[in-house]
Amino acid sequence: MTTPTLEPRTAASPAQRRAAVEAAAHRIRRHALFMGEVQGQGYVGQALGAADILAAVYADQLRFRPEDPEWDGRDRFLLSTGHYAIGLYAALAEAGTIPVGELETYGSDGSRLPMSGMATYTPGMEISGGSLGHGLTIAVGLALGLRHRGNPARVFNFLSDGELDEGSTWEAAMGASHHRLGRLTAIVDINALQADGPTEGVLRTEPVADKWAACGWRVFRVDGNDVGALLEAFDAAGSGADGTEDGDGAPAVVLCDTRVGRGVPLLETREKAHFMRIEEHEWALCNEQLDAGWAAKNEEGNA
Amino acid sequence: MSTTAAVGTAPVRAPKLKTSAMIASFADPGQKTAPAPFGHALAAAAEADPRIVGLTADLGKYTDMHVFAEAHPDRFFQMGMAEQLLFGAAAGMAEAGLVPFASTYSVFAARRAYDFICLDIAEPNLNVNIVGGLPGLTTGYGPSHQATEDMAIFRGMPNLTIVDPCDSVDIEQAVPQLAASEGPTYLRLLRGKVPTVLDEYGYTFELGKAKVLRGGRDVVFVSSGLMTMRALAAAKALEKHKVDVAVVHTPTIKPFDEETVLAELAGDRLAVTLENHTVVGGLFETVAGALVRSGQSRRVVPIGLPDEFLDAGALPTLHEKYGLSVDRIVAKVLAELG
Repeated sequence: MTTPTLEPRTAASPAQRRAAVEAAAHRIRRHALFMGEVQGQGYVGQALGAADILAAVYADQLRFRPEDPEWDGRDRFLLSTGHYAIGLYAALAEAGTIPVGELETYGSDGSRLPMSGMATYTPGMEISGGSLGHGLTIAVGLALGLRHRGNPARVFNFLSDGELDEGSTWEAAMGASHHRLGRLTAIVDINALQADGPTEGVLRTEPVADKWAACGWRVFRVDGNDVGALLEAFDAAGSGADGTEDGDGAPAVVLCDTRVGRGVPLLETREKAHFMRIEEHEWALCNEQLDAGWAAKNEEGNA
Repeated sequence: MSTTAAVGTAPVRAPKLKTSAMIASFADPGQKTAPAPFGHALAAAAEADPRIVGLTADLGKYTDMHVFAEAHPDRFFQMGMAEQLLFGAAAGMAEAGLVPFASTYSVFAARRAYDFICLDIAEPNLNVNIVGGLPGLTTGYGPSHQATEDMAIFRGMPNLTIVDPCDSVDIEQAVPQLAASEGPTYLRLLRGKVPTVLDEYGYTFELGKAKVLRGGRDVVFVSSGLMTMRALAAAKALEKHKVDVAVVHTPTIKPFDEETVLAELAGDRLAVTLENHTVVGGLFETVAGALVRSGQSRRVVPIGLPDEFLDAGALPTLHEKYGLSVDRIVAKVLAELG
């Protein structure tokens, strides 16, 4: 077994990094809307809400080789929430791991991009999510195994706030802390929405930060649609890990408060639904609103 | 057989067995045994294969994993009393290129962590080796700890190899083969002082193979797990009744060696399956399914645990009560032969 070494991050300025990630997030949102339109349905709201997180991970944080998804030195990104696959496919297209042209096969028979993410189907998909509460347990083993082999790769697990209902998430939270998996970062998408309605009414998870802190994790809570805040949090989470010789520190969790449908006002203001219905004529409007918002943001930035 | 003091055969003044211990030995008094064969075999296999690691969920001492942990402390990972984490983490370690052996009691693996074994380990076909203690009726603790239906639960899981060893010989020889086989495996662990039986039969364990341990003209036993030990003892006892019994040992339950077993069942000998498991969904139904698929129509007598939640108590008492003792096997065969 070879021992991969860390590759240095680019020495771009914070403003440059932020601009690059925001541009990537915009393309991820466009990809997600495209896939939603192809299927006429899908978890578009979640993908739009998580686009900034996915962009921060794939355009800034993650070490990977798009042409070699199995490269042993890669950082691992584990998607627990299989239904967010639409968002991850968008990010993998942005990252160059899968061709942008393949996105039109999303959810079709024989496609490498099934509706629920599965490792055996898609390059760059590390695990099969979908049965919730699994990702962090696998991440614990992966981080333990990589450290055991002297591989300094980081492990990220993206999970939803709904998965905090699952007891296995907390088994894994205790295990990661006990084994001092400093190179493990959990990312919780707190969109406060579950299948049966708002999280607050399904099973209250707050105070979320206190729960993770009590389990021995380094906790960062940010606006998950604020790219600057996300990058600061991911840098801090990673530096704690990389600062120790063998990754032997407290794991980190980045709690990301996000807004379902972010970037498309029509969807942001729609009655909140886990599985969002979008009428056929609305897709064009969604794209227009997304592009208009992006243009306005850029003008504001250039002013 | 330590059934001399058991219900039905006990002398009037024999003391009542009091122990319903968690960990009870099923070795006969004076029987040759080997200590912690799994732990020693795993420690030895790990010498040859640096990918092997061991995990447990707060049951290292009770699954013989402690022997491995002492031999290879840097390769042992304690996951706490958290079986979902145990198997999810084992999957992650396999994804990192290691070959994990993860131990707990069979009930917790099969009932509590099923979804994690199924989706994280079996679906991606990872080389994770599940080690389940107290399979079938090997504890007097009652249904919370008696994994009477573990094979029934696991047989429906694609990709999973299921091994039900008889004795220390089976375990010692199986462990390196489980590590070497590509996909996931489930080992029904016998732990502590485990009887050594099969060394007298010129036997070697081969993953996926059934072995004919002895031939016989009148009856053919098809057995797995510790019931092979009982089958061999019952076959000897039946000699005194002029009944000649063949014994076919099928330690690999899935994939099942249909070729060997069907060949043995082709004649008109009385056919009996013997398993330390409920008669639902285990060896008996595996054999019955193979027979029907091949177009053979014949009667098979199942010896196994009833489709019930079992009593707590001392193991010899329970084995007598539920029909796993040598005396009960002999009586059943004689009754069948009329």
